[in-house]
Amino acid sequence: MSEVANSRPLLRATGVTKIFPGTVALDHVDFTLQPAEVHALLGENGAGKSTLIKCLTGAYRRDDGDILLNGEPVDPRGTLDAQSYGIGTVYQEVNLLPNLSVAENLFLGHQPTRFGMISGREMTRRARETLSQYGLDIDPARSLGDFSVAVQQVIAIARAVNLSGKVLILDEPTASLDSGEVKMLFDIIRSLRDRGIGIIFISHFLDQVFEISDRVTVLRNGRLIGTEDAANIDRVQLVNMMLGRELEHETRETGKTDLAPGAPWLEFDDFGKKGRIAPFDLKIRPGEVVGMAGLLGSGRTETAETLFGAVTHDSGTARSRGEEIELRSPRDAVAAGFGFCPEDRKIDGIIADLSVRENIILALQARIGWARPVPRRRQAEMAEDFIRRLDIRTSDAEKPVGLLSGGNQQKVLLARWLATNPKFLILDEPTRGIDVGAHAEIIHLIEELCAEGMSLLVISSELDELVAYSHRVIVVRDRHHVAELVGADITTDNMVDAIASAHNGSAT
Amino acid sequence: MSGTARFLRRIAPQLITLAFVLALISVMFPGFFNISIANGRLYGSPIDILNRGAPVALLAIGMTLVIATRGIDLSVGAVMAICGAVSAWGITQGYDLGSTLLMAVVAGLVCGLWNGILVSFLGIQPIVATLILMVAGRGIAQLITEGAILTFNDPNLIFFGSGSLFTLPMPVVIWIVTGLLITWIVRRTALGMLIESVGINLRASTLAGINSRVLLIAVYVTSGFCAALAGIIAAADIRGADANNAGLWLELDAILAVVIGGTSLLGGRFSLIASLIGAMIIQAVNTGILLSGFPPEFNLVIKAAIILIILVVQSPALRTGMAFFRKPRQTDVAKKETVTQ
Repeated sequence: MSEVANSRPLLRATGVTKIFPGTVALDHVDFTLQPAEVHALLGENGAGKSTLIKCLTGAYRRDDGDILLNGEPVDPRGTLDAQSYGIGTVYQEVNLLPNLSVAENLFLGHQPTRFGMISGREMTRRARETLSQYGLDIDPARSLGDFSVAVQQVIAIARAVNLSGKVLILDEPTASLDSGEVKMLFDIIRSLRDRGIGIIFISHFLDQVFEISDRVTVLRNGRLIGTEDAANIDRVQLVNMMLGRELEHETRETGKTDLAPGAPWLEFDDFGKKGRIAPFDLKIRPGEVVGMAGLLGSGRTETAETLFGAVTHDSGTARSRGEEIELRSPRDAVAAGFGFCPEDRKIDGIIADLSVRENIILALQARIGWARPVPRRRQAEMAEDFIRRLDIRTSDAEKPVGLLSGGNQQKVLLARWLATNPKFLILDEPTRGIDVGAHAEIIHLIEELCAEGMSLLVISSELDELVAYSHRVIVVRDRHHVAELVGADITTDNMVDAIASAHNGSAT
Repeated sequence: MSGTARFLRRIAPQLITLAFVLALISVMFPGFFNISIANGRLYGSPIDILNRGAPVALLAIGMTLVIATRGIDLSVGAVMAICGAVSAWGITQGYDLGSTLLMAVVAGLVCGLWNGILVSFLGIQPIVATLILMVAGRGIAQLITEGAILTFNDPNLIFFGSGSLFTLPMPVVIWIVTGLLITWIVRRTALGMLIESVGINLRASTLAGINSRVLLIAVYVTSGFCAALAGIIAAADIRGADANNAGLWLELDAILAVVIGGTSLLGGRFSLIASLIGAMIIQAVNTGILLSGFPPEFNLVIKAAIILIILVVQSPALRTGMAFFRKPRQTDVAKKETVTQ
C-alpha cells in the first residue's frame, strides 16, 4: 500500500490532545488516514482509542490539535456534524431502531419524499438497491429487529456510508459475530475500501487486524506509539507495541526466584465456566504473587470473576487447605478469605455516594453481618489508619468516595479488602488509569502484602510490572490458560511470545 | 461535626417547610394551634393532622427503605386494602383480637415477600413487579370481603382507629412508635448503610460480599408490614373494610412524602425522619385546604400547586442559588467544594 501512503491523506489529525480532570486521555496524537485504506487502531483499555474517535467525530471537544479532511481544516461539533462532513461511525452495539423497518432505518431523517410526504414505495425501492450493493437480499419492509446482529451491522454500515461516504469508523464491529459473519463483513469492508473510502477499524482480535488492515496505529496511555504498514510488522512486534515497556529503567529482567516448593493452600482443579473461561488448574501458595498476562478479552477478568464467585463456575472444584469449599457467590469467596478489586472501579468497585469510611468498612461489615455493626469509633479508627498507611488523599474520612481521584479510589478499594484481613487477594488491573506516583505506591504495597504472607493474583497489561513482583505468571489467550512462566523464565519477551503465538486456526 | 448537628442539617429543609405550611394555615385560622383535652384525649387541628396522616406516614416508612434500594412499591395501597379486609374478616368470623391482628400483619408480610421475590430473584423492575400486586391486590381484597363493605363492631379493633393512649390518638402512637423503632433498627445496626450501598451500586455491593438479595426482600417485607399496620388503622377508623377505597392512591402520597423528605428516587442516602415530616407536610396541606373552606373540587388542584412549590423550593437548582438552603446536605456541600477548587 506504499503508493497509497504517498498520496494526499483523506484525514489528517495532528497534535490531538484531550485532558480529563486528573488524566491526560490523549497526548498530542497524530493520525492520518489515506483514501482507500483500512487502518486498524489498536491499544488496551484506556489507551485512548475511543477518546481519539470521539475527538475526530466531535463527540468530545478536543483541547488541542487540528483535524484536516481532504486538506481542509474541519471542526465537527458532534456526530451529526461529522456525518455532514463525511465521517460516519458504526459502534459495537448497533445503535439503530430495531422496531422500525430496514428501509426506515436506512433513510431515517433523509426519507425520500413526494409532494412533501414520505414515499414508502420509493424508500423501499432505494433500500433494496442499496442492500443489493452489500450482497444482502432481504425484504426492506421487515423490522430490523428480525435480523441477526451481523445483518444489522451491515445495515448500520450502509446507512453510515450513504450519509457520509468518505470516512467510516468501525468500533469493534466483529465483537459479537461468528466466523462466517466476520468473513461477510470483511468482504464488505474490502469493497468499500476499493470504492475509495477510508476505514478506521478498531478490534482486539489480532488475527482480524492482520487479515483486513493495510496500516496499524497503536496507542498506549494516551500517547501514539507508532503507525506501521501491516505487511512490515509481525504479531510479536505488535503485542510489544501495545503492552510496551513503561517501567524499563526500574525493573529487573526476570521474575523473582520461585518460592521454596511449599504446600499450596488453595487448589482449583478443572475450574471453569462455559463461554467465559475454559477449565484450568491453579494452585496458590502462601505469600505467593501469581501474575496473569493476556490481551483484553482473553479471559483474564473472566478467570478472576470465576475464582471470586461473581460468575458461578460450572466445572471443577476448589479446595482450601485440602478441604473442598463452596464458591458460588462473592459471599462464599469472602467467607473463604478472598478479596477482589475489580478492573472497572466505578461500576464494580466503589459505592460513590458513601463516604471513604463506609467504603472501607463495607466488606468487613458484610462479612460479620448487619446485626453486629462495627462500632462507630472503630470505623473511624480503621478509616484513619488506612488513609495514613495507604496515603489516601482525601480531606477527611467522611468525604464521598466518588469525589476522590482514580488512584485514591483504588486505594480505598484495597483498604476495603485489607480491612477483612484476606488470605487471597485478586487484583484486576490495580494500576490502570492512575497517576505515576500512586502507581509506584500500589506496586510497593503488593510486595509488602506478599511479604506478610498474603497470596495475590494480579492481572495486568503492564508486563514489566508483572515481571517486577510475580513469582509465577500465567498467560491467558482465547479464554484458555496457555502458559505458565516460573522464576527466570518470567520475562516480557516470553510473555509476549506466549500471548502472540498464532491462534490455532480460529479466526474469530 | 457531631452526628446531631448533621442530622438537624439533614432535616432542616423539611422542618422549615412544615413550619411554613403550618404558619400559613394559622394566619388564615388564628385558632389553629388551640389544643384541648377532653375525655383523656387531646383534640385540635394539629392533633388531627398527626392522626389523619397516620396511614401515609406508615407507608412512607416502608417506602423510604424501598426507594433507598433504588426500588419503588406501588402496591402499598392495595396491600392496605387486603390487610384491612383480613382484619375485618377475622373479627367478624369470631377470632380474637390477637389472632385477627396477627393474620392481617402476616398478610402484609406475605405481600411484601411476593414483591421482594419478584424484584430480587426474578430481577423484574420494581415498578412493574409491584404494579402486579397493585392491580391484583384490590381484587384479592374484594374476594375476602365478598364484594361488600365488611363492617364490624368489635370495640377492641375499633380502638386502633379511634382509641387513645397517653392522651394521643392510637394511630399517632402507632406511626410514631413504628417510625422510631425502624429508624432505631436501621441506624443502630449496619442495615441502613447496607441498604444505601445496595441502592447506590448493586453490583459493587454484591461483589463486596453483601447479601443483596436478602436485603432487597427485607425492604419489601418491611413495606408490606407498614402497609398492614396502615390497613388495620384505616379499617378500624371506618369500622369496616372497603376493598375498593381503602388506601386508594395512598402509594402516591407515600412516594411524595419520601421525595419531599429528600430521599432520591435513584436510591442511596435516606432519612426516615425526613420522610415522616414529609408525610406530615402532605397532611397539613390537606387539612389546611379543608379548613380554608374552598369548594372541595379545588382541593386536588391546590394540593398539587402547593406540592409543586415545595418541590421547586427544595430542588437542587434552586438550592444552590439560595443562601438559605445552602448547607442542607453533606454531599451537596462536598460537591460544591470540588467545584470551587
